[in-house]
Amino acid sequence: MRSIALLASIGLALSATSALAADTWEDTLAKARGQTVYWNAWGGDDRTNAFIAWVGEETEKRYGVSVEQVKLSDTAEAVTRVLAEKAAGKTEGGSVDLIWINGPNFLSMKENGLLHGPFVEGLPNARYLDLSPASAASVDFTVPVEGLESPWRLAKFVFNYDSARVSEPPRSMPALLDWAKANPGRFTHPQVSNFMGATFLKQALVELTPDASVLQQPATDENFEAATAPLWAWYDALRPNLWQQGQTYPESPAIQQRLLNDAEIDFTMSFDPASAAAAIAEGDLPETVRTYTTDIGAIGNISFVAIPFNAANREGAEVVANFLLEPETQARAQDITVLGSFSVLDETKLSDEQKALFTALPTSEALPTNEELGKTLLEPHASWMTRLTEEWARRYTN
Amino acid sequence: MTAQRQILGRAAILVVAVFLLVPILVGFYETALPAIGLLPAIGADHLSFEPIRKLLAIPGIETSVRLSLVTGFAATFLSLLLAISFCAALHGRIGLGRAGRWLSPLLAAPHAAMALGIAFLIAPSGWFSRLVAEYLTGATIPPQLMTVNDPMGLALIGGLLVKEVPFFLLVIAAALNQIAVAQQLAIGRSLGYGRGVVWIKVIFPQVYAQIRLPVYAVLAFSLSVVDVAMILGPSNPPVLSVVATRLFQAANIDMLLPASAAAMLQTLLVVLGIGIWWIGERLLAAVARAVLRRGGRGVGSEPLIRLGAGLSLLLLGSGFLALFSLLVWSFTFRWPFTEALPSVWTGANWSLTSSGWLTPFLNTVTLGVSATLLSLALAILWLEGEDRSGRRVGGITSSLLYLPLLVPQIGFLYGLQLVFLRLDLDGTWHAVLWGHVLFVFPYVMLALSDPWRAMDRRYLRAAAALGSSPTRVLLVVKLPILLRPLMVAAAIGFSVSVAQYLPTLFIGAGRVTTLTTEAVALSSSGDRRVVGVYATLQAMLPMLIYSLAFILPRIVYADRRALKGDPA
Repeated sequence: MRSIALLASIGLALSATSALAADTWEDTLAKARGQTVYWNAWGGDDRTNAFIAWVGEETEKRYGVSVEQVKLSDTAEAVTRVLAEKAAGKTEGGSVDLIWINGPNFLSMKENGLLHGPFVEGLPNARYLDLSPASAASVDFTVPVEGLESPWRLAKFVFNYDSARVSEPPRSMPALLDWAKANPGRFTHPQVSNFMGATFLKQALVELTPDASVLQQPATDENFEAATAPLWAWYDALRPNLWQQGQTYPESPAIQQRLLNDAEIDFTMSFDPASAAAAIAEGDLPETVRTYTTDIGAIGNISFVAIPFNAANREGAEVVANFLLEPETQARAQDITVLGSFSVLDETKLSDEQKALFTALPTSEALPTNEELGKTLLEPHASWMTRLTEEWARRYTN
Repeated sequence: MTAQRQILGRAAILVVAVFLLVPILVGFYETALPAIGLLPAIGADHLSFEPIRKLLAIPGIETSVRLSLVTGFAATFLSLLLAISFCAALHGRIGLGRAGRWLSPLLAAPHAAMALGIAFLIAPSGWFSRLVAEYLTGATIPPQLMTVNDPMGLALIGGLLVKEVPFFLLVIAAALNQIAVAQQLAIGRSLGYGRGVVWIKVIFPQVYAQIRLPVYAVLAFSLSVVDVAMILGPSNPPVLSVVATRLFQAANIDMLLPASAAAMLQTLLVVLGIGIWWIGERLLAAVARAVLRRGGRGVGSEPLIRLGAGLSLLLLGSGFLALFSLLVWSFTFRWPFTEALPSVWTGANWSLTSSGWLTPFLNTVTLGVSATLLSLALAILWLEGEDRSGRRVGGITSSLLYLPLLVPQIGFLYGLQLVFLRLDLDGTWHAVLWGHVLFVFPYVMLALSDPWRAMDRRYLRAAAALGSSPTRVLLVVKLPILLRPLMVAAAIGFSVSVAQYLPTLFIGAGRVTTLTTEAVALSSSGDRRVVGVYATLQAMLPMLIYSLAFILPRIVYADRRALKGDPA
């Protein structure tokens, strides 16, 4: 009996050391060589697709890790896939290695134990991140990241408008209502089942709610009604003045951008402050489009990549996640001629040389400066989004 | 002989079972479980009506069901009506064979691509509106009209019509080969009936008996279509199939349970829909019989027939214009509203690096060719087996063949994906190939079986009398005689493969990309320029095969007029 216990403890000790050994970055690099990382990412944006392809070329060159983008029309497709794999008992050799993920999808995977990690602190480039508990890189929609996902691009809620038709854009939600009343049919937001449509409601809620601090707590039957009453009163007045009288909504922000490009509406919204400048350069928006945020500031968060628990090429995925945090990679991503996506790195942790990479980037008239972007507002607790979209559907679905 | 027949019967049933039935039934079963609360992976492990209750509590769900029914029935009924009027008005005036050739681009273009093109034509800021604004009104902003995504689903019905009218025309043209149309028309005319009326009273009932299955397939498709409904249909609430798709893709995975319930409801809707249509057929037949007996010559109804034919032409015309607009977009850099043509042109959208179409293109071609060849081989095996045993495969078995066309894909694909996962087969090219054959084979059978059975048996007897073995007869006589129908079946099969979206996505684990999966993913970006590239390629590939189907027999049989497949 005793000898069995002894053997077991030796076994444990051995496996512990080997687990420890696997944690060193050199080992990860060695195992990653030759792997192909299936990166599941929304495929609706050409520039992002091209950027991911470039990432693959670079990691192939530097680390022998190639990247194959699985283009999703919705991130939840990948979540469903991993779940289906778990349901089928496939605990290793899974088909998804890396997911571009955010908020609700992350929460869903985290709660169902579908993620590998924590792995972020093991990445050498994590040293450029601000990983303090309250920082934007540590919290995803008030859900603690706990090292289960690694940041790669910054998002901030902005409005874009065509200055050829709108001389002075409304800088608050009540002003927006007045503008819509004066210009019926020229404003809309994406379908609320879409992430951006839901975010627009949240941005309005943060501004209109009597006490915004409530939004950092989970939404309950008690606090929800009081917190959202002004929002619904405002929206009731806004809806008849929306594009198509609010009978129908664009399926996604991309479709909304097409409507602006077609002059059907005058505003779009985006989570990427540089998206309008980029779209202008691409011929996808009129040159007169400008970007701004409302006076109280803008909801902001960071986009992450996560690795499923059963990823077949976990080491390769970690190498890619780490490469995404290289200052050169982040600077390239921020270049509006490439991707125009703002950096997630903590500027104070960069060397002067690394900072210079960012100041050397090209600028554009449509590109807001950091001051113009204003204050970053905290995302409400994830439960608010669910309740908001459900309540919206209940009130405004025909 | 009896033993051989039994072997044939069993072999046919086995093929149907292994290739078509088992995957669908297993997939259906696995999709049904979560609908009643069973999905252990997310902790749902006991029987419950909660998913169904949750589904029925979704705001606007009744409207979604009603929209599905209205748009599905309207699209099927109207497209059949228009196709009939078109044939009645124009039959004998233009060769339907030639018409078939003209229609091939419309048939070949995948639904999603066509829907995008149509949306661009009719949107308030679309091509028509741009022409009016540039040359007539000088308006600087588009009119506030609800021409796309309207809550009644009119745009969706219109978009479906553009694809379904040509399909019915082709199917009717094929059925007409079996009927002595000219003689019957002449008799009717000599009795003083209008030509359109003879067509409808005498010819059409005979045609309809032959095209019932395609009609059911179109009805099932219209009731459950996803991609077209997303592009043209209402959005708040959308039709049921889109509700189900949104639920399957919802961020909150608990939604998989009501999603499965929605998939089941969708299946029920199609079964019910076909039942309603079947009853409608009976009622209409009873009424029609009474009208026929009354014997009206109905010359007064000719204007209506002409109106129908005119509307069909208008629809076909918009279909071509929609495809053309996508081609124009693929060469566009900037095309702002009010301008009738792009203000800045470019060839950059076509470059391999920026839109990366090469891999999806190659996958589409290899999958399409393999699925078509495999399905053709299976179909020949089946039909030749029938010939050798001298007996047709029983009604039930052969109608099971068409199950994949009648059951909504969303009802079994999620479950099928689970099965492939367990077998460790998902995400491979071969698994996707199987998924394609599932849908290509029934269409190939549909296209090939009638011409095969209608083949002039005297040639075969003559060959056998000269001492040829059955295999030699097959290779040297049958297949050459049937070259044209074989090519048409191949063309249809290939375009069915090109158009597969959900099977490729689910079984391919998103790893096997085709032009269609990429085009639908890109259509969520709303950038018509890259979508234009993919849609143009999508439409051109099957068109190429269709043209080949018409040209090849002419080249091979340059010296044999009777085998060219032209009526004269």
